[in-house]
Amino acid sequence: MKTYTNPVYPYAKPADLDGTTRHWPVIVAGAGPVGLTAAIDLALRGIDVLVLDEDNTVSVGSRAICWSKRTLEILDRLGCGERLVQKGVRWNVGRVFFQDEQLYEFDLLPEAGHRRPAFINLQQYWVEQMLVERVAELPQAELRWQNKIIGVDPQHDRIAVRVATPDGEYRVHADWLIVADGARSPIRGMLGLESEGQVFRDRFLIADIHMSSDFPAERWFWFDPPFHRDQSALLHRQADNVWRVDFQLGWEADPEEEKKPENILPRLKAMLGEKAEFEIEWASVYTFQCRRMRNFRHGRALFVGDAAHLVSPFGARGANSGIQDVDNLVWKLELLMEELAPQGLLDTYDSERIFAADENIQATTRSTEFITPKGNASRTFRNAVLALAKHYSFARRLVNSGRLSVPAVLADSPLNTADGPDDAFGGAMVPGACAADAPVKGPRGDWLLAHLNGEFTLLAFDASLPAAAVATLAGDAIACAVIQVGGAPIHDACLIEDKDGLFAQRYDARPNTCYLLRPDQHVCARWRNFDLARVRAAIARASGGVASVMNREAA
Amino acid sequence: MTLNTDPNIAAPDDFYESLIDLHRELSDEQSALVNAKLILLLANHVGDAEVLREAMAVAVQGVARAVSPPAPGKSQ
Repeated sequence: MKTYTNPVYPYAKPADLDGTTRHWPVIVAGAGPVGLTAAIDLALRGIDVLVLDEDNTVSVGSRAICWSKRTLEILDRLGCGERLVQKGVRWNVGRVFFQDEQLYEFDLLPEAGHRRPAFINLQQYWVEQMLVERVAELPQAELRWQNKIIGVDPQHDRIAVRVATPDGEYRVHADWLIVADGARSPIRGMLGLESEGQVFRDRFLIADIHMSSDFPAERWFWFDPPFHRDQSALLHRQADNVWRVDFQLGWEADPEEEKKPENILPRLKAMLGEKAEFEIEWASVYTFQCRRMRNFRHGRALFVGDAAHLVSPFGARGANSGIQDVDNLVWKLELLMEELAPQGLLDTYDSERIFAADENIQATTRSTEFITPKGNASRTFRNAVLALAKHYSFARRLVNSGRLSVPAVLADSPLNTADGPDDAFGGAMVPGACAADAPVKGPRGDWLLAHLNGEFTLLAFDASLPAAAVATLAGDAIACAVIQVGGAPIHDACLIEDKDGLFAQRYDARPNTCYLLRPDQHVCARWRNFDLARVRAAIARASGGVASVMNREAA
Repeated sequence: MTLNTDPNIAAPDDFYESLIDLHRELSDEQSALVNAKLILLLANHVGDAEVLREAMAVAVQGVARAVSPPAPGKSQ
């Protein structure tokens, strides 16, 4: 590749081979974007973590390119969002074309007052490299390259893995194993588990090309374009003047033939014009699948990312959902390891992220059905929608070139405290929703989310909380920080100002309104008035306390 | 709202004739496309999800599936 040289990370002989082995709280299998994110989150929470990867470099070729607003917010919390944003290409607008005309355009972030854009595009290898660099800054994380897991031995009170290195094999054990070893997940196979679903009968040529062009930084999707009749095509701008092109080929296409430069070039020239000057950086032919494991938690093995669930790429719901898995999992693991929560809390990782995975699978399956219709009736309706969409707005709403990744609203989570009868709210910040960002003025800068630090947080809007209550919440075993939005300063609380009134608007906040956020920034309870006992009960519930009581009663 | 299956077209023979005329000299493929567009236009006009679901259920009644669909909840 012209624009990127894969780093070669050094292999070091593990001390374990000389007989000095230690027990790890957590081992992460796989140093992809999801595994690395897990390691960073754990290390920042003070948990020692060992990451094992069979390779010695980052992703070869680009693969995932679209990183969602939510992913950037999570990585902001982990201290590396800004690096991605600096390097990546921001975009909010998508355009959909049919034949030779534009059907419609959409803006994924139509309102101002958010720190992060709807998406940035950045090649997966850059993201992984930045995450590797972040891991290296954290003494609590150890990353071992060319350490391949070849066996797993789950036991009642721990889990052991067998690891092969260039210097021989060793065995190491941990309390928990986070399995982030990708779509083919060797560990899933070692444990005799399956990921079930469907393969779509279509093939897609995906190529990254290097080209200087003044195409805007937008997502362009074509149905049946003049340069690629009867099929679809997609164009995305990435960093370093690299562009992602994606051509639908049909099921009959021969992957080996299509990958040859002499077959790729005519397609690209037809799309970009004879005069366009470009070089192919990387190309591959894919089929897409939607699969998921029946459960993501298997004892002490916790499956995340593509190992747990796989979606077709229309909608950027793969890597982004994997990073949300980790965001959901790690704080729960921390509470468990500190013996502040029952094991049942981990089952809510399973239920919450299976809910999210099913939402992603449904969305991408629907998009794939539209792009790759199965059968004549499906194709006829698709073509009818496209024909009508040229002239009628109702049909544009039916056109589906991918519904882009947004975080799941965990409305039915057992960790939520339902709104009380006196606590009527409007707007989107229902229990289970991800906290929306808003511009503020505060000690940690101009954004609300920058003031959240990975623990339970109470947002108190223009409320006069008793100082003793704030101190109690801060001193509880499961600590809860208090952020005051306006009002007189209280000791132990962080005071911020709702700069443009957007916080109040997005949270439908009135004086005395309180929101309780989980460590992963999901809303778990809200009230119109502060009541210490209710806040503490909601924290107990959100950390599995209620579930544990129920479990004890059931037993 | 529920699906109205009582007579609701003022001049049924006129309607039927115009429906058949619509397909005159169209290939099977073209006819299928026109029918699909017609369904989409009418469905949008109706709008009500319950009525549309009911109409779909009535339409498929008595039509045996060539391939049995997967059991609900089970992935294929």
